[in-house]
Amino acid sequence: MEPLRPSDFDDGTPAPAPQMPALGVAGWGRFAWRQLTSMRTALFLLLLLAIAAIPGSLVPQRSSDPNGVLAWKRDDPELFEILDRFQLFDSFSSIWFSSIYLLLFISLIGCILPRTQHHLKALRQPPPAIPQRLERLEHFERKEVPGDPAGLSELAETVVKQRGYRIAREDDGVSGERGYLRETANLVFHFALVGILVALGLGTGYKYQGQRVIIEGQTFTNQLTSYDTFNPGRFFSESSLEPYSLTLRSFTPTYQFDVTTGRTNPLDFAAAIGVTEPDSLSETLLRVNEPLDVQGTSIYLLGNGFAPWITVTSSSGEVVFSQPVPFLPQDANLTSLGVVKIPDGLETQLGMIGFFYPSAIELDTGALTSVYPEPDKPVLTLNVFEGDLGLNEGIPRNVYSLDTSTLTQITGGDTGQDSLVLALGEKAELPGGRASVEFSELRRFISVDIHRDPTQIPVALCAGLIMLGLVVSLFITRRRVWIRVVGAKGSTSMVEFAALARGDDPGLARELKDLVANFSQEAESRMKQR
Amino acid sequence: MIDFAPLSLFAVYSAMAVYTVAFLFFTWDLAKRSASTPALVMANGEASPPSPSSANSAPTATGYQRIGISLMALGFAFHVFATVSRGLAASRVPWANMFEFGLTATTLIVAVFLGSLLWRDLRYLGAFVSGFVLLALGIVTVNFYVDVVPLPPALQSGWLVIHVFVASLATSFFALAAGLSILQLVRARLEAHEMAKARLMKTIPASSVLEALAYRLNVVGFVLWTFTLIAGAIWAERAWGRYWGWDTKEVWTFVIWVLFAGYVHARATRGWRGSRSAWLGIIGFGAVLFNYTVVNIAFTGLHSYSGL
Repeated sequence: MEPLRPSDFDDGTPAPAPQMPALGVAGWGRFAWRQLTSMRTALFLLLLLAIAAIPGSLVPQRSSDPNGVLAWKRDDPELFEILDRFQLFDSFSSIWFSSIYLLLFISLIGCILPRTQHHLKALRQPPPAIPQRLERLEHFERKEVPGDPAGLSELAETVVKQRGYRIAREDDGVSGERGYLRETANLVFHFALVGILVALGLGTGYKYQGQRVIIEGQTFTNQLTSYDTFNPGRFFSESSLEPYSLTLRSFTPTYQFDVTTGRTNPLDFAAAIGVTEPDSLSETLLRVNEPLDVQGTSIYLLGNGFAPWITVTSSSGEVVFSQPVPFLPQDANLTSLGVVKIPDGLETQLGMIGFFYPSAIELDTGALTSVYPEPDKPVLTLNVFEGDLGLNEGIPRNVYSLDTSTLTQITGGDTGQDSLVLALGEKAELPGGRASVEFSELRRFISVDIHRDPTQIPVALCAGLIMLGLVVSLFITRRRVWIRVVGAKGSTSMVEFAALARGDDPGLARELKDLVANFSQEAESRMKQR
Repeated sequence: MIDFAPLSLFAVYSAMAVYTVAFLFFTWDLAKRSASTPALVMANGEASPPSPSSANSAPTATGYQRIGISLMALGFAFHVFATVSRGLAASRVPWANMFEFGLTATTLIVAVFLGSLLWRDLRYLGAFVSGFVLLALGIVTVNFYVDVVPLPPALQSGWLVIHVFVASLATSFFALAAGLSILQLVRARLEAHEMAKARLMKTIPASSVLEALAYRLNVVGFVLWTFTLIAGAIWAERAWGRYWGWDTKEVWTFVIWVLFAGYVHARATRGWRGSRSAWLGIIGFGAVLFNYTVVNIAFTGLHSYSGL
């Protein structure tokens, strides 16, 4: 039985006469359904999908490049407005993109369901009867073979079966068909595609993803308030967060300085982590490309930098601030930018913006720069502001930025006072004896991404099936062969052989040749044995 | 220790010199063939291509072609040496930046071409392959060359070996198929206009034969590309924490996959066999080239490993 195909399937054979749909609602419905599940529609939707994906690579996407989207909004707010209305910054979750792939999948399901039903039936049925006139087939051979018709007909069954064909025995010969696996694999491939969509649809809601900066010596506990940023799926609930904590013991980068280019190349980043789970404690290394798996979540090392320990002491000698502050790297040599906020303990609130240079040198202009990402000569510079930091208004503020518009600058810039420049262990007085600032210690920090993604395993499984289905369906051919004994002639008989394949099958001629040789040889050896 | 980097570059230039001569022989052969009456006209649309034994004595095998193929093989030896010594210079696989992808992918194109000669007589593609490889090698070496640098932590993974190599291999199959599809289009046009005077084209197989050959190569390329996509997703999960995030390179890998999926379907769709599906294959290969060049250089994304 032929595999079922859409009406406009073309394997190079002449087209059948077109069938007109019956009139009436049911007829038109059937007509519309056949249109949707036709090869042409599938092809059209595929090409449309390819084209629809392109804008997502031209315009920054909120999902992959949120900063790029903000930059667009700032640079060209009018165009941004228009593009945003067409969801171009969320292309891949947009209505237009979704409708294309959903239509494609409906068309796909509409195509493969009847095909599966048909294929299951074909698997249970014997191959079709031997055609009346084999000599009309392109791949045909007639040969005189020793033996009587009954014996040869029986031999035909053995030979064809041995060559891996399913067979249907007839009085005068045998009909064989092989390559059913091609259709099976083809269906597996397409079902696996649907499987990916289903896995994404069901699993995405239970995903979560969060980021957190961990400084050496600090412990992160997996709870909602511990995250710096957090993106939950639709069905996420806080109680589903896995109970564990991570402590950063130390972070060790390895660099290589290239003498010819003057560039520094990172070779390795390794973070020593202590993992505490309800009933166990373990020490492990976290590296790039080597995420940790803890209780079904994955922990990735995404970034690293320095966190200078800053101690602020009031004029009365009271320590009002003492903690490591992560400074965000700005270049390959880890010149880093950071913000310090001191809301309590002093007469007015203090804010500081500064740079950290792990290996500082002074340029001709007097500015500092870092020449190496390791702390060979760590220097911290700070501009200090005073005034209301706006922390008491209940509006969440970014810890990495300082709004200086309402503040008064007291060092650096036009204040006439030099910025604070501190080497490790140095201390400086603020103007007017307000307080003293000390760069008391240097620590490192890492930034980690923590994910739970329940779609991973089903999607990986489907991807495996896709690969398997594709290889098998493209490289196995469906073939039919026939052997018929047409007449006896003394001790020999005239035997007809024919082979047929659907679509491209460059090996068909050889298969027929082999079959004929195989059969004749067997017949001759049988003859000799007698 | 021997410094392999300059040695590699020297071998690249040697390979280019030899490919240039090979290209001249192939084009000279084409010119000769268009000028003289061919011995055999393969204009019948016979679907069964010549068997390997008859291919060797095929009347299309001219002396120029034989010299061209020999030169291709010589150039290939230099080419392989260049790629291997680049790997030795860096003590890792030679496909970690744009120059190296280009070097490896062009090596694989020639390898697949020479290898395919054992399967079918595709010598008429010699001019296309030598010309394309020569051009690509020139652009890659002049514009994309970077010195050997150690691998950044993000690239230190076994998947670099698998993912990028298979992508290069897929590219080489698509390249050959594109060459066949271009010939197919030209041939189909001549067939349609029954241009008896175009003798050149009559010395190459009929468009239906070219189409079947291109399809076989594209199908292999498609399987390899599917693998590239899946392997890339697995690596992305390890390195970036998600298996798919619509990064610009991911978008284009997807676009290419869908285009070739379309191509495979087009070959089985009434009204799309023949020239239309050939166009799809060529557009698909165009997208592959776009993905390698423009997306690497001009687009921002996570795959910023061009080294430029």
